[in-house]
Amino acid sequence: MAIPKVCGIETEYGIVVRGGDNNPVSASSLLINAYVNATSRKIGWDFEDETPANDARGFNLDDVFPPEIETSLVNAVLPNGARYYVDHAHPEISTPEVTTAAEAVRWDRAADEIVRASMRYAAEILDNGAELVVYKNNSDGKGNSYGCHENYLLDRATPFGRIVSHITPHFVTRQIFCGAGKVGCEQPNRQPNDVAYQLSQRADFFEEEVGLETTLKRPIVNTRDEPHCDPQKYRRLHVIVGDANMSEVATYLKVGTTSIVLAMIEDDQFGDEFLLGNPVPAIRQVSHDPSLQRSILMRDGRRATALEIQWGLLEQACKYQQTHGLAVVGDEVGADVLARWEQVLAGLETEPESVAHWVDWVAKRRLVTGYAERHGLDADSPKLKAIDLQYHDMRVDRCLALRAGLDSLVDPADAEAAMTQPPTTTRAYFRGRCLEKYPGEVVAANWDSLVFDVGRDPLRRVPMMEPLRGTAEHVANLIDESDTASELLDRLGA
Amino acid sequence: MAERTHKQKQSPERTDETVEGAAPVTSESGEKLKAELDDLLDEIDEVLETNAEDFVKSYVQKGGQ
Repeated sequence: MAIPKVCGIETEYGIVVRGGDNNPVSASSLLINAYVNATSRKIGWDFEDETPANDARGFNLDDVFPPEIETSLVNAVLPNGARYYVDHAHPEISTPEVTTAAEAVRWDRAADEIVRASMRYAAEILDNGAELVVYKNNSDGKGNSYGCHENYLLDRATPFGRIVSHITPHFVTRQIFCGAGKVGCEQPNRQPNDVAYQLSQRADFFEEEVGLETTLKRPIVNTRDEPHCDPQKYRRLHVIVGDANMSEVATYLKVGTTSIVLAMIEDDQFGDEFLLGNPVPAIRQVSHDPSLQRSILMRDGRRATALEIQWGLLEQACKYQQTHGLAVVGDEVGADVLARWEQVLAGLETEPESVAHWVDWVAKRRLVTGYAERHGLDADSPKLKAIDLQYHDMRVDRCLALRAGLDSLVDPADAEAAMTQPPTTTRAYFRGRCLEKYPGEVVAANWDSLVFDVGRDPLRRVPMMEPLRGTAEHVANLIDESDTASELLDRLGA
Repeated sequence: MAERTHKQKQSPERTDETVEGAAPVTSESGEKLKAELDDLLDEIDEVLETNAEDFVKSYVQKGGQ
């Protein structure tokens, strides 16, 4: 049975040092340290329970797999419940766990504001005129990609094979409304100018249907089995196939539609009608076709366009709403997601330009084609690639996405508050409030526990194996009434 | 699938929810869009990296996840 779709977004940002030594690891460390030192005492991340090499298909690759996380690098937990760290030579922020697409957008926006603040703090430290510039994109245009991952809580009882089969059609086709757009092609064995413009930043980099890898031979469905909660009850679907979005509505639709489709899979709502014949070529073909006209092969031999598959998924989702309700994604948010899903498909079908205020690839394409026409530029002009990159520039005075007329869903004051306040609806509330109120007594934190030093030996670990425990409803009063962590632990009976 | 979905997009199951701001482009709003785009392109000239070729060439990242 479908369970609440607790979810979160992890974004690896691109980083460049202008006017200085361009070492991305030290630049990322400097960026994060600048923020953490300026805003709070640093709380370390606790790696006790990290198992990124566990495979959902039931085996473990620890012996043959180097550790994915370099533990010596900067790694901080923020009072909003997020994690801010250096991963693979990129600054990365994982949002706190949230329960709806609306909350996901808000804390994703907060992550962007944290990055912007970090650039400002770093500028104060750098005295040699160097500048750290951060980009919220997924490729450098030269074949190097870095991810924007989504995570969704699933019922462990749902067979993993069913998840793989039925989420793949959505992952291959959802890029028509959540692709971030890209000038050129980075598919192995193809020339950069083979494709003038495509829907997705990431599609060129996917080479497998399913697998554990995240940095090479990337799979459409990633099998990392590291639930960060009770592994008997839950799994965490680690989604690596998406683009980082500048458009808030695109993030909202990406998370909202995926949450609904996953709930439907848990409730076994799909037959074989959407299964694809050949997902890996299909994901690239869909990305390489801004006309949205080309069809892909279905497993049963029919052909369908990405739009047709999306219309089919939407139709099933609307039926699901009637029969099961959408409480697991939030009733109101779920209804709004369905309405916007329909609007975006209708817009893409009749006139894609009409959704330029929602869809990143359409918004970016307007800039690229408009600029090329005005200046008579060829498709391979570096200026057009510069527009592509600068669309994702996190500096407010340089960012083209901020000038592209995108709709906003998050009030700026709410985004700012979310930089320091956790969501109230998940265990992130407990993590964030404790970090904010007892900074001297929390010595380490990770997704599923907090470690306190209250002056008594040994250190006290508070497990948080239930993502929906530790919410404001559960613990706000306890925290409000406890002046010290020691009092809190006594009240919790920990 | 093509036939079936073609029908449903004419009459989607749910019509009770409406979302502001996603109306199809009419000729007037098309004109407005074009004017907005012109302003936007002016602004791009102001903020775009001055040496686009160097900027694009030097934007190199290490592969991540």
